[in-house]
Amino acid sequence: MTVQRHFDEELSDLKTKLLRMAGQAENQIDQALTALVTRDSALARQVIERDHEINALDVEIDEESIRLLALHQPAARDLRLVTTAMKIATELERISDLAENVCERAIELNEEPQLKPYIDIPMMGNMARMMVKQSIDAFVKDDATLARKVLTDDAYVDNLMEQLFRELLSFMIEDTRTISRAIRLSFIAKYLERMADHATNIAELVVYLVEGKIIRHTTPPGSS
Amino acid sequence: MHPSPPSTQQPSQSHTLNSQRLTVMDHHLQSPGNDSNTQAVKLTLNQVNFFYEDRQALFKIDIEIIKNQVTSFIGPSGCGKSTLLRCLNRLNDLVEGARLEGTMLLDGMDIYGPDVDITDLRKRVGMVFQKSNPFPKSIYENVAYGPRLHGIRNRGQLDQIVEEGLKGAGLWDEVKDRLHASALGLSGGQQQRLCIARALAVKPDVLLMDEPCSALDPVATAKIEELLFSLKQDLTVVIVTHNMQQAARVSDWTAFMYLGELVEFGLTKQLFTTPSKKQTDDYITGRFG
Repeated sequence: MTVQRHFDEELSDLKTKLLRMAGQAENQIDQALTALVTRDSALARQVIERDHEINALDVEIDEESIRLLALHQPAARDLRLVTTAMKIATELERISDLAENVCERAIELNEEPQLKPYIDIPMMGNMARMMVKQSIDAFVKDDATLARKVLTDDAYVDNLMEQLFRELLSFMIEDTRTISRAIRLSFIAKYLERMADHATNIAELVVYLVEGKIIRHTTPPGSS
Repeated sequence: MHPSPPSTQQPSQSHTLNSQRLTVMDHHLQSPGNDSNTQAVKLTLNQVNFFYEDRQALFKIDIEIIKNQVTSFIGPSGCGKSTLLRCLNRLNDLVEGARLEGTMLLDGMDIYGPDVDITDLRKRVGMVFQKSNPFPKSIYENVAYGPRLHGIRNRGQLDQIVEEGLKGAGLWDEVKDRLHASALGLSGGQQQRLCIARALAVKPDVLLMDEPCSALDPVATAKIEELLFSLKQDLTVVIVTHNMQQAARVSDWTAFMYLGELVEFGLTKQLFTTPSKKQTDDYITGRFG
């Protein structure tokens, strides 16, 4: 006999909150990239100010999840959903923090002339944002295949960062006056690369949610 | 960590490996580092069918119950979990028209073999019921009853058995000053622990518990659950419970039964986080039942 559960509504509310948070985190990445590329310090400051909204959602999702765990003692896929939601919220909060960091560096960069045209950095950023979106889509659709695709995309972002690092190194070697800007840009590249890593973490959580398999930390040492 | 069960004991007759057994074997394969020698099988059920006259209540049950661990049977009402439990010490023999097929082995001995002395079997496989049922006698006499029945007359020896039984059941400190008061004056939780002490007094190998906490308040329940952790040092415990959180808290292994069949059997920690069957998932998450 199938039972209608009030608990399903509460789980659905939790998912909705997480989706709202993910949407805001994607928007933060998008706006941070625009602020960087268009050298718009005002927009960068807006992104920094908005970070607290995502922090608030993180706390809200945490409290909600703890309440569901305490009052409903979920098991099996319900348990995996609640614990995964808590962890995904943490990942999204960190992604938003990184977008804030990109904006801080962008404001500093805007005080000096632009070092180089920004082409690969927005590519990295867009890739990271797409990975976040796809990992969240995988969460919504319980799609482990899509989640696994996100895992493979991470290598692309890593390669772009390596390329960019070599390019910035050549700038610094040729002209020491570029060092402060080149270092800031390499920080930004690192932030974007970390965003992609967080998207990867979300994708790994989705595989756990769907299949019950913990796949993180399973890559052998030395392999990328 | 609860390592996987071993295959220290082969079933007496060959038969096709079914899904339940494969589940257990999968765990074995997943944890090759575990020392399987420490995981002796206490009870082996092999293709057990059980009938109440024409009505079949159990269908081809295969299960291996591991020594010194707690195994719980869960499932909706009427799924056969109590029937299965009562088969383990032949309580169902008392039911008119009841019939069992397949084999049940206790340490390799066929429980339903022609030479088995049922009194001796029930001494080795004790039982505690849903409703506490102390005898209308003193606390002391309740615990000493079984050993007396088995021929122990020496007062000093009986005193020691009573003390050990009550200590084993976590009741000694509460009753040591009134051992000769009536057992019926104890609270419900104390009465249930007295029944456990009574079962322990004959030094069983296996303790069967049929919904032992369903009539108790949360504090008394917690005491019995704590007790299970110490009991399993010396005993193998099989518990039937409607309370899934209880099964999750106290047992090492869980068997989920539905309509007389064993749907899934595995490590509790696995069954409650990542059950392999959708039916199990639906039941433990409260989607049906």
